Amino acid sequence: MSAKHKKFVYGIFKDDEVVMNAIPVLKSQGLRVKDVISPFPIHGLDHALGLERTRISITCFLYGMTGCSLALLMMYYMNIFDWPMDIGGKPSYAFYKNLPAFIPVTFESTVLCAAHGMVITFLLRSKLLPGVEPHVIHPRMSDDHFVMAIQITEDSEAANVETKLRAAGAVETIK
Amino acid sequence: MHKESELRPPLILGDKTWHDISNDVCRPVESKANKWWWLAFSLSLAAFLWWVIAVSYTVGTGLGVWGLNKTVGWAWDITNFVWWVGIGHAGTLISAILLLFRQKWRLSINRSAEAMTIFAVICAASFIVSHMGRPWVAYWPLPLPNQFGSLWVNFNSPLVWDVFAISTYFSVSLAFWYTGLIPDFAVVRDRANTKWRKRIYTILSFGWVGSAKNWQRFEEVSLVLAGLSTPLVLSVHSVVSMDFATSVVPGWHTTIFPPYFVAGAIFSGFAMVQTLLIIVRKVLTLEDYITIYHIDMMNRVILITGSIVGVAYITEFFIAWYSGVEYEQYAFINRATGPYWWAYWSMMTCNVITPQLFWSKKLRESVFATFIISIFVNIGMWFERFVIIVTSLHRDYLPSSWTMYSPTWVEAGIFIGSLGLFFTCFLLFARFFPVIAMSELKTIIKSSSEGAKKKQSKTPKSEQHA
Repeated sequence: MSAKHKKFVYGIFKDDEVVMNAIPVLKSQGLRVKDVISPFPIHGLDHALGLERTRISITCFLYGMTGCSLALLMMYYMNIFDWPMDIGGKPSYAFYKNLPAFIPVTFESTVLCAAHGMVITFLLRSKLLPGVEPHVIHPRMSDDHFVMAIQITEDSEAANVETKLRAAGAVETIK
Repeated sequence: MHKESELRPPLILGDKTWHDISNDVCRPVESKANKWWWLAFSLSLAAFLWWVIAVSYTVGTGLGVWGLNKTVGWAWDITNFVWWVGIGHAGTLISAILLLFRQKWRLSINRSAEAMTIFAVICAASFIVSHMGRPWVAYWPLPLPNQFGSLWVNFNSPLVWDVFAISTYFSVSLAFWYTGLIPDFAVVRDRANTKWRKRIYTILSFGWVGSAKNWQRFEEVSLVLAGLSTPLVLSVHSVVSMDFATSVVPGWHTTIFPPYFVAGAIFSGFAMVQTLLIIVRKVLTLEDYITIYHIDMMNRVILITGSIVGVAYITEFFIAWYSGVEYEQYAFINRATGPYWWAYWSMMTCNVITPQLFWSKKLRESVFATFIISIFVNIGMWFERFVIIVTSLHRDYLPSSWTMYSPTWVEAGIFIGSLGLFFTCFLLFARFFPVIAMSELKTIIKSSSEGAKKKQSKTPKSEQHA
């Protein structure tokens, strides 16, 4: 979307069901429906556009495993290897004997790394950072309007695309 | 499209459109505060000022300015800490657990309940830091290399678990909350008609445009964060309860503590949500979104968790007798009939009897009754922590060191001041943040709003499933 060299024609819609019905129609007419910007998530939109399933939950699992391993390693090093303490007649001399007491910190560390790792990945991957200038196509696209982006290669295609968009239910088109 | 029975009560009243939701939720952000807001804000700020004075005096002079003594080493500080952490639990329950259970009524209240969580945990953390007496060494519970030889923190200690639990809980709740806020900040940004508002909300919204890929990731992130936050929230108050349960103090050394604390936390949290939202819906005129149905649903949660807490109190008492341990038995007899009997019976009345009133549908649906009962529950849950902490400690194994505890103006100041801190944060939130998760609420307007249901009942049955 943000790539400057690509050319788009935008169709503005006022209803999510009209958008969903328009996608297969426009696709069958040979238009390249690249994206739909909506004020709220539309169920089934990713499937209709042919987007691949997001892998962000896999990264979350990996971050979680990292947090889990790091916590266990840290506790093993600090309390068992480097400086075992004998508090209240309960010595910390064997990792497996201390493991039950290590569960809470292991769990918290797993969640900490999984959650923050995933959120940071989401923000970076979606290019969401403070100071990023948004590409606002229509002032009400975050309110109650839906923007469909059709990619074109030549400027001459635009008029044809606009007609097709209007026929599919767009109330307005922007070049 | 998702269809819902017209028999289910609507979650949004009035014939609202998506644009109406944006207008109604953005109104407080876009208009000037009225005199009630300024009055409440000034009072909260004044209370917070007392907090600043009391905390500065404590840090400057030492913990001796509190009413603590050698026998009662924990009192209002830890009472307030546990109370505030507990209050925070409702926000995560609403936004995470109700998301996993697909309860759509959460959508009108999750944003403000999560905000409440974050501010409550800030208040709780302030007690941890101030009760250390020397807050400049507050980093000592962290596993950092230090100058005391090769000594590390003891990972077998529940106090260290607590450091991890509370900091994880706070930061993950903050990330969850902010992720949800990004699309709503974008709404305020796109509507902004002044230069500064546009600039500030552009920064806050991180350049969000709701492209299909962004929404797909956003929904996945929300779902996974809910899945992570659910065990997290249950672990936090369990770990807090283990601060007590792993000790050998009669009255604390019980295995029932983790579930009992979690139920109590949700109970007090929902009461605080009710107290706040009944005011918020009135002041910000959001009665169409936070409806009597929402209040009723939350009252049901208060009823069930209140009953769990009541059963836990009775179980504790029974087990103290059944264990045959005379110290344990004395601790409980002393709670109910000793010098702190009034605290125990305040707790019993507020937490066990008052929520039972919610069996009446009339009271559950009455805004006034809910407000009063929610205040009672808040008070009762504060007394619960006071009873657990102070009555267990003040008469320990050695009768020669038995003593009484009473707070000083400094402790009172820090407590009242923490309420000031909480309400200051919440009032600022209500002015500058979208208090309802607009973009999420917009997804149910075609299925669960009053307007949609009216339309549905007018269409003949044969056409509905076309």
